[in-house]
Amino acid sequence: MQTVADLHRGEKGIIEELSFVEIPLALMEMGCIPGKEVTLIQLSPLKDPLYIHVNGSHFAIRRETAERIILAKRLFNEL
Amino acid sequence: MNSKKSIKVALVGNPNTGKTSLFNQLTGLTQKVGNYPGITVDKKQGSCRLLDGSLATITDLPGTYSINPTSIDESIVLETLLDVESKEYPDLVIVVAEVENIKRNLLLFTQVKDLKIPAILVVNMADQMTRKGIFLDIEKLEEILQTKIELVSARKKEGIDALKKAILNYKEYDVNPLFKISEKIDQAYFDEIKASLSGFSLYKSWLLITQKNHVKFISEASKHIIDKFKVDQDKLKKYQHKETIYRYQYINDVLKKTYRIDRTKGKDLRSRLDKVLTHKIFGYVIFIAILLLMFQSVFDWASIPMDYIDAFFSYLSSWSKEVLPEGVLFNLISEGIIPGIGGIVIFIPQIAILFLFVAVLEETGYMSRVVFLMDKIMRRFGMSGKSVIPLISGTACAIPAIMATRNIGGWKDRLITILVTPFTTCSARLPVYAIIIALIIPEDRVFGIFSLQGMVLMSLYILGFASAIISAFILNKVLKVESKNFFIVEMPNYKLPSIKNIFFDVLEKTKAFVLGAGKIILAISIVLWFLASNGTSDFKNAEKIVAKKSVGKNISVEELESEIASFKLENSYIGVMGKMIEPAISPLGYDWKIGIALISSFAAREVFVGTLSTIYSVGSDDEGTIKQRMAAEVDPITGEKIFNFPAGMSLLVFYAFALQCMGTLAIVKRETKSWKWPMLQLVGMGALAYISALITFLILK
Repeated sequence: MQTVADLHRGEKGIIEELSFVEIPLALMEMGCIPGKEVTLIQLSPLKDPLYIHVNGSHFAIRRETAERIILAKRLFNEL
Repeated sequence: MNSKKSIKVALVGNPNTGKTSLFNQLTGLTQKVGNYPGITVDKKQGSCRLLDGSLATITDLPGTYSINPTSIDESIVLETLLDVESKEYPDLVIVVAEVENIKRNLLLFTQVKDLKIPAILVVNMADQMTRKGIFLDIEKLEEILQTKIELVSARKKEGIDALKKAILNYKEYDVNPLFKISEKIDQAYFDEIKASLSGFSLYKSWLLITQKNHVKFISEASKHIIDKFKVDQDKLKKYQHKETIYRYQYINDVLKKTYRIDRTKGKDLRSRLDKVLTHKIFGYVIFIAILLLMFQSVFDWASIPMDYIDAFFSYLSSWSKEVLPEGVLFNLISEGIIPGIGGIVIFIPQIAILFLFVAVLEETGYMSRVVFLMDKIMRRFGMSGKSVIPLISGTACAIPAIMATRNIGGWKDRLITILVTPFTTCSARLPVYAIIIALIIPEDRVFGIFSLQGMVLMSLYILGFASAIISAFILNKVLKVESKNFFIVEMPNYKLPSIKNIFFDVLEKTKAFVLGAGKIILAISIVLWFLASNGTSDFKNAEKIVAKKSVGKNISVEELESEIASFKLENSYIGVMGKMIEPAISPLGYDWKIGIALISSFAAREVFVGTLSTIYSVGSDDEGTIKQRMAAEVDPITGEKIFNFPAGMSLLVFYAFALQCMGTLAIVKRETKSWKWPMLQLVGMGALAYISALITFLILK
C-alpha cells in the first residue's frame, strides 16, 4: 500500500482514500479528495512536514497525516 | 446630503487572496479596528464612497477556507452570515478569490451563495493572468454561478471603480442557492430537516446542525430541534464529506468550461524560491540571518529617532517649567505627565520596526515557509510550527502574539505557546534594556562592525527565546492535557509586500499598542507623581529638618537645595514604599528608588523608565536627559554608582524573566478561560526572575 508519505520529491500519485478514524473536514476542504492527483513538492529538512500540491492547493501536512492518504497509483517522477 | 443609510458590505475570502489589499483600497484611512462583543477578534471596518455619493460600510471578515470554522476567528464569518437579525448582517457579501487558487476559493463562494445572501465574486490579481497563462471566461462563469464577477488588481488599483458600481446594484443579485445538497446526499434526511426547522433555509439549518457549538442567536426551541439532529455525529460527518466532494465535483465541472491554463508559462517563482528558502541548510541560515537583521535594526536604526525623542521630552519638560505658572498643575504637568508620556513615545520607533518586520514576513508568504521548516523542531518542545509566529510577534508585544495562537490546532500546543510567549523579548522590555545597557555597557565595536551594546541586546533576545523553549520543554513533560491535533498550513504564492498594506498594518498595531499602554502609563505617572510629591510629616518639614542638620556645616545654597529635595523624596509616600521593599531587593543590588520603579512597573514594564524619570525629576532641578540623571545616581553611603555593572546586569535578568504586564495576564485569562494559567505564569516567572537576578548579582559582584 502506497501513501503520500512514500512519495519522493517531485513524484505524483492519485488519491484513493483517506483512511482516518475521523477524516478532518478541513483536509478535504483544502482539496484533498479521492481521485485527485497529489504532488510532493518539498520535504521539510527533518522529513516532516510534507509540502504537497493537490487539486489546485499548495499546503503542508504532517507525516502522520500523509501516511493516512492512500494512493491508488504512484506516478513516477517525470524529471 | 444623502439620506440613504449606508450599504453594509462584508468581505469574505481565503487567507492570502489579497482581501486586505482590497479592503485598504476601498476604505483607505477611514478604517477602524474594533472588537466583536465578548471576544477579542479584531473587527476591521471602514467606509467607502460610492459613485453616486452614497456610502458603503465595508467589514473585513477574518480570512477562512470554508464557512465551517476551525478557529474562533473563523467562526465570526459563520456568525455574521447566519444572524439575519443582527445589525452586522450584510446587504452584500463580496467573496474575494485569487486567480491562481480559484478552485479552492470557489468552495467558499458556493457555500456563501447557498446561504441566499446577495454575493458577488471578485477575482483578484487579475493582472497576472496573462503572465501566468491563465484564461477565464467571465461571462460564462457569471452565467453558471448566477452572480456578478469583477476582475480586480487590488494592488494596482485596477477594477475598483467597477466594483464600486457593482456594490451599488446590490439589490439586483440573484439569491438562489447554486447547489442542492439534499438531492445527492440523502433526500429523505434533508426533507426531515426542512420540515423540522422551517424557519431557516435548508443550507442554513444544515450548518446550524453540523457546528460543534450553537451559534448565539438561536432560540431555545430551535436549539432543541437541532440537538436531536446532532445525536448521530457519524452521519453528519459522512454527509459533510459527501457535501465537500460534490462541491468540488461541481466546481471542477464549472472550471472545465470556463478556465484554461497554459502550463508552459510562468514556471515559476514559487518552486525556485521554495528550493532555496526551505533548503535543509540555506533555509535555516536565511531564517537566522533575517532574525539577526531584525534585532540589529531594532537597536541600530531605532536609536537615532529615539535620541531625538528623549532630548525633545527633556526639553519640553524644562520648557514647561519656564512658561507655566507655579502651582500644583505646574508640577503635575512638568514632573508627572510629560516624563511619563515621554517614557512611552520613546519606543515607538522600535515597536514600529518590529511590527514592520513581522508584517513583511507575513505579507511575502515567507512566514508559512518558516512554519514548514520549524514544525518538527518545535514539536520536540511541545509546540507546533505555527508557534513560531506568536514567538516572533511576541518580540513586538505578547498581547497580539497570544491572540495569534488561535490558529494552532491542538489545545496543548496552544496552551504551551501561550504560557511561554511572554518570555520572548517584547518591545516593552526594550526601553528598560536600552537605558540600562547604555549605562553599563561601553559604546565599543566588536570587529569594527557589531556594536557591543547591540550584541548584549541580542543576547537578551536569545535568553528570552531560550527560556521560552526550555520552559516549553518542561511544560510538555509536566502538563497532562489531552488534545487532538491537526496540522495543515497553506503555502501561499510569494508576493512582493504591498507598501500600503504594510503601512496600515504597522500603523494600526502601533497605534493600538501606544494608546493601550499609554493610558496605563499616564495613569501610573499621575499616581506616582502624587505619591512622590506628598508624604509623611518629615516630608512637609523637610526644609526645617535639613536646615537644622546642616547648621554649622559650610555648604552652598545649591547643595542645601539638593539635600532638601532628596530628603523629601525619601520621606514621600513613594519613598516610604520603596524603603519598605528595599530589604527584599537589596540582595539583587537595587536601592529603594529602583524598588519604586519595580513596584510601578508591575502593571507594565515600560513604566520603569517613566517612573525613574519622574522620580529623578522630582529629586532635582537638573535639566539633563533621564540617562544622564541615572548615570549620576550614587549610593549616599558608599558613594558608588547605583547603576553599576553587577546591579545593571541583575536588573536586565530580572526584566528578562518577570511577567510585569497586566495586559498579558488579562489576555491569557481570556484565551485560557481561567485564572489558573495567568497566575501560574505570574508566580513562576516572578520566582525565576528573582532567583536568576540574585545569582547574577552575586556572581558579578
